[in-house]
Amino acid sequence: MAQTVLQSKSINKYFKDPVTVQVLKDISFSINQGEFVSVVGKSGCGKSTLLYILSTMDTDYEGDLIIDGEIMRGKNEGQLARIRNEKIGFVFQFHYLLNEFTVLKNVMLPGLKLQKHTEAEVEHRAMERLKSLGMETLALKKANQLSGGEKQRVAIARALINDPIIIMGDEPTGNLDKKNSDLVFDIFKRLCEEYRQTLLIVTHDPSFAESTQRIIEMGDGRIINQ
Amino acid sequence: MNYKLIADIAKSLLLARWRQSMVAAIGVTFSITMFIALLGFMNGLNDLLDGLVLNRTPHVRLFNEIKPNPNQPVNLSGDFKNGYNFIRSVKSSGGRVEIYNSAAIIKAVKADPRVRGIAPKITAPVLYNAGTIDITGVVSGIDVLAESDLFFFADYVRAGNPLDLRNVSNSIILGKGVAEKLLAEIGDVVQVTTSKGDRLPLKMVGIFQSGIADFDKVQSFASIATTQKLLGEPNSYITDIQIKLKDLELAPAVAKEYAKLFQADAEDIQTANSQFETGSFVRTLISYAVGITLLVVAGFGIYNILNMMIYEKMDTIAILKATGFSGRDVRKIFLGIALTIGLLGGLLGLLFGFLLSLLIDQVPFNTAALPTITTYPVNYNPKFYIIGIAFSLITTYLAGFFPARKASNIDPVIIIRGK
Repeated sequence: MAQTVLQSKSINKYFKDPVTVQVLKDISFSINQGEFVSVVGKSGCGKSTLLYILSTMDTDYEGDLIIDGEIMRGKNEGQLARIRNEKIGFVFQFHYLLNEFTVLKNVMLPGLKLQKHTEAEVEHRAMERLKSLGMETLALKKANQLSGGEKQRVAIARALINDPIIIMGDEPTGNLDKKNSDLVFDIFKRLCEEYRQTLLIVTHDPSFAESTQRIIEMGDGRIINQ
Repeated sequence: MNYKLIADIAKSLLLARWRQSMVAAIGVTFSITMFIALLGFMNGLNDLLDGLVLNRTPHVRLFNEIKPNPNQPVNLSGDFKNGYNFIRSVKSSGGRVEIYNSAAIIKAVKADPRVRGIAPKITAPVLYNAGTIDITGVVSGIDVLAESDLFFFADYVRAGNPLDLRNVSNSIILGKGVAEKLLAEIGDVVQVTTSKGDRLPLKMVGIFQSGIADFDKVQSFASIATTQKLLGEPNSYITDIQIKLKDLELAPAVAKEYAKLFQADAEDIQTANSQFETGSFVRTLISYAVGITLLVVAGFGIYNILNMMIYEKMDTIAILKATGFSGRDVRKIFLGIALTIGLLGGLLGLLFGFLLSLLIDQVPFNTAALPTITTYPVNYNPKFYIIGIAFSLITTYLAGFFPARKASNIDPVIIIRGK
């Protein structure tokens, strides 16, 4: 029996402005260690909203979220930040690297924040991850000198720096061309197969979703199919 | 907390927008520069104006006031002890202005550890004779060395050598106004008549200018021995003992103590010159008010720039939060930016303020009222520099506080989804 990494117990979410609308209705599912899960659904069905709740950044919901056996409710902002730092890796649609820093430093920042390793170790780990993604030659470039596909791969390296228990992606290939999307997908697949990395990716690219191990389909705030 | 990382991120954000940061820092630099220069200059002037009177005023002055005896005979009589006695037409007794047993008092005062030094003095009202005209005036008999040491007497002697008062017998230094009225020059002999009618020719050896014209029109100086001779008094005759203390603030207490101990009148500098402290206080207050206003304006500049920076760096803040930086970390980063601007701007301000003070110190400033001054006075008290840097840090902290709080409250979800 594989270990449960993330569990959602009847999560409800309302948007209260301007009128109260229920965007998530009784969402319950769990993700096991090593699974590569994609969440699909039409635009506006609440899949991104769900992801931000699962990522602990959105705390305004009903129900329970359990990450790595810990209930997230009742934790303060600093504790949640610590959990994001340590246990969750993020890849966004718009690469979101910090342009003030080099590629290497971008990858290192969450590691430096965690303070589990010394700066030299963090740097070494960052280089290792960049190497495994074939990005080591760009390590000392500024983040804004990279192409979109390169930025997304750096973002993946950054997501991996603290060995998170789960990587979450919000349309990570949504803004990339076919070639780069395939590249990013291959990376995810390799992470899953070689390192048994758990992945939860929101996408509306059907071909992307079909290639994952498990598809959670959402519609109108509910899980239709999982 | 990982301050090194926070500082590193703050530095990168600061340098990424170094032009803006520089403008903010220049605002602080300018205010601190003006603050330092203004306070230095104002306090320099204060010191000068206070010095005009306070430098020449003893902290405690022992003398005998001419006044009625407080112990009238009726009070000593046992018959009237229980009543309250009204006495009319009481006259001042004695008229003895000499300090009793002055040699012993001087010795005792000199032994007091609170006392920096003493200068005995004789005040003699005289008439200067110029042909048929008599000009009223005052000759002060002084000990030139003590007077120069304690009250900067030599600084105010504009012509001639003050030491000649001591070295040349029967010599006098005339006030500038007196010398002009008498048309006397150095080396001339001046006739002086005392209130008792004795007349003595004195040789003029210098001109004294205090900067207070009315004072210079009546005042002259002679040595103690010469004045005693002029008055026909023995060489123990002293009318005033001027005492300078190590700590000015002790003056009222010491005055009270000496008055009782030596059975003489004692006046302290605070009582004699209270209006000067008021003036200095108001001037200092005004300079602080102006300086702080400048700093507040600079603070608004920093506030604006940080606010703008936060709008520009929304993405950065969101991503920092998404990857595990807490609101506290973000707040520290922006406060760090604000304080760096404040510290660098402030330190540069101290430097430029010092340079500007040096410049003001070189500007010629000649006025008849202030004979010893040739350039504008500046006070380089390190206190102003400490206050300056402290204020620059406090203002920038406050200016950074609200933008930083705003940054820490940014919801990363809104930013990331908002794209």
